[in-house]
Amino acid sequence: MFGHLDPAKAGAGQKNLTAAFLAPRLRPLLYQILLAAALCLAAWYLVSSAAQNLSDLGIAAGFGFLSREAGFAIGETTLLSYSAADTYLRALAVGFLNTVRAATLAIVFATALGVLIGLARLSTNWLVAKATAGYVEVLRNVPLVVQLFFWYALITESLPGPGDALHPFPAIFISNRGLVFPVFKLGPVDGWLIALILLAVLIIVAWILRPASAPTAHQQIKIPVALVAGSAATLFVSASAGIEIEYPVFSGFNFTGGVSLSPEFTALFVGLTLYTAAFIAEIVRAGILAVDRGQFEAAHSLGLTQRQVMRFIVLPQALRVIVPPLTSQYMNCTKNSSLAVAIGYPDLVSVANTTINQTGQAVEGIAIIMLVYLSISLAISALMNWYNRRFALRGNRR
Amino acid sequence: MSRAANHTAAQPGSAFQWLRIGLFASWPSSIATVAILYLAWRIIPPFLDWALIQAVWSSEHPSLCRELAGKGACWAFITDKYRFILFGTYPADQHWRPALVVVILLGLYTLSAARTTHWWILGALWLAGLALIGVLMWGGVFGLSQVENERWGGLTLTLLLATFGLALAFPLSIVLALARRSEMPLVRWLTIAYIELIRGVPLISVLFMASVLLPLFLPAGVSIDKLLRAQLAMALFAAAYLAEVVRGGLQAIPRQQEEAAQALGLTYWQRTWYVILPQALTIAIPPLVNTFIGFFKDTSLVVIIGLFDFLTTIKVSLSEPTWTGFGVEAYLFAAFGYFLFCYPMSRYSRHLEPAHQESLVRER
Repeated sequence: MFGHLDPAKAGAGQKNLTAAFLAPRLRPLLYQILLAAALCLAAWYLVSSAAQNLSDLGIAAGFGFLSREAGFAIGETTLLSYSAADTYLRALAVGFLNTVRAATLAIVFATALGVLIGLARLSTNWLVAKATAGYVEVLRNVPLVVQLFFWYALITESLPGPGDALHPFPAIFISNRGLVFPVFKLGPVDGWLIALILLAVLIIVAWILRPASAPTAHQQIKIPVALVAGSAATLFVSASAGIEIEYPVFSGFNFTGGVSLSPEFTALFVGLTLYTAAFIAEIVRAGILAVDRGQFEAAHSLGLTQRQVMRFIVLPQALRVIVPPLTSQYMNCTKNSSLAVAIGYPDLVSVANTTINQTGQAVEGIAIIMLVYLSISLAISALMNWYNRRFALRGNRR
Repeated sequence: MSRAANHTAAQPGSAFQWLRIGLFASWPSSIATVAILYLAWRIIPPFLDWALIQAVWSSEHPSLCRELAGKGACWAFITDKYRFILFGTYPADQHWRPALVVVILLGLYTLSAARTTHWWILGALWLAGLALIGVLMWGGVFGLSQVENERWGGLTLTLLLATFGLALAFPLSIVLALARRSEMPLVRWLTIAYIELIRGVPLISVLFMASVLLPLFLPAGVSIDKLLRAQLAMALFAAAYLAEVVRGGLQAIPRQQEEAAQALGLTYWQRTWYVILPQALTIAIPPLVNTFIGFFKDTSLVVIIGLFDFLTTIKVSLSEPTWTGFGVEAYLFAAFGYFLFCYPMSRYSRHLEPAHQESLVRER
């Protein structure tokens, strides 16, 4: 439209100047300068009024408060010891680890359950397909907070006290104080064992990170199986030497020994896992449906068995469709774990909220929350992108 | 081989053969069928017995609930509290107003879902409807008594939060989606930063920001009330997610559409308004509806900052001494309430998906 307005000729005359000013190459620049100016003005205005408000309230901006004594107790300190006399920094670290603990466990279990349900939805068995479809519809159409409240109410109100706890399997106790189950405890002579496990882990990691030399299908299956079997055997042999199982025992008012999961954690874990699994199931189903029908037929006509078709033809193709939405589901799961605050599980958001209420350092507290979640999101996204590249078509590798 | 044999043996048409293919096609399939039937037999009859047969429905004898605790559900608590759960603390003699608001909203939802009304008539109806809703809720004009928004609540508030949130977020999301594709680097970078920042953090933190941080940044003397702050925060949050969906729609439009429009001499805004957006938004409708469902569910998070929505009113009712300890019933009811809204929306979205539309065309 403005093709006839050549900026080079617009040297003389008021008319030409205006025209040059409106020229498509200059106009965007002007808009951007105006936008930047407006943003700077708004930011300056907000910051100055915030500074005024903060000084009126007598709050010193900055992260100095992190080294002060927190003075509040945290219910769950499984991964890092903590007492009310510790600093805010340590309290936030405990909260962060609680977030990581809940989110990681939920992601692992939700993936397993989600894949299972996604495959079951495609079953030729009418009852299996309908039952799993019902599961997905119900879980996806009810807000997660409601589900968390429900599980928490179910655990704390409907389950018996620890004295007459439910006992579905030997040494597992379910009561309104949460879930208690036996745990492996390392005995005194375990240096060798730890070294062996570390070695096994290193070998597995090295195998995963090996240069993509396109191993044959045969190797691809055999190597991890050999590794897993090897480390299992190592564990079993060393078990007789150093590992013992600690069983929970009911004494007095509660259980001692074993691992005890609080009602808050159990409700969050169950709710988050079942909710995320419903979404993962849909992703898996869509991924498998996206594989062309002809691929199944061609593979069958080559004489491959059902398992081989799944393992070598369908899954590698389906994974390409599945991994990107799965990544965002993992991020959602991590973000959703912040709903823990509603049922009183001390995750990062909950601890940061208490910190904000006590110190008034709202800007810093919310900045910490956002920064942590952003970093977790970026980390998950980087990890999954790396995984996705390994499965992408050769030509599509970037 | 056996697959082929099964196939020829099983002629469609007989119920017995349907059972054979559908439920007992192979050993694993038969085991799964039996396992599911066993589980259903163990779970469903006891649940129905608890939830319906032994349940207490009338709120006249709350003590009955305590006696039957564990054997029968206590729905009496909902029959006792239903007005609070529907309308919050809205003055009792004015309850027809929020009730009418709910009816208007449901009417607008249905009209929009039918997709028979021309879009600008629909837009005008929405504007008129939202204005009418504002008048009905606030009052203060036409002889209606004024009701402060602290007293709005219950299901009405949930619907209002979701509807007004989306009404604000949707136009904003279109602007964001267009800005993200802008050729001006500053505009593009700022939009990307905004969208990715919002999508990277939980809604809770955005709500905290609105309830704790916003008052801090406003000059002394200026204050925005809690409901409006939460509403704005939710709209800004939803806009980032919707913007990505709209962008998906924009990306699905072939480049030639833009070039052809350019060749006709249309300006940027003309191209966008008449050529690109109508096509992009049509493509984006199913994922948009899915995002709406997510947003509707997300409104329940206001329970954490203490607004009296559907979920909060249920939770607060539970704290009355008469009704403490009936959380399972209460949250089953809450789940049922949300499901009643979300499930039809998800069916609708699936009905609109291109694959489904194609199959409809083929059947015809």
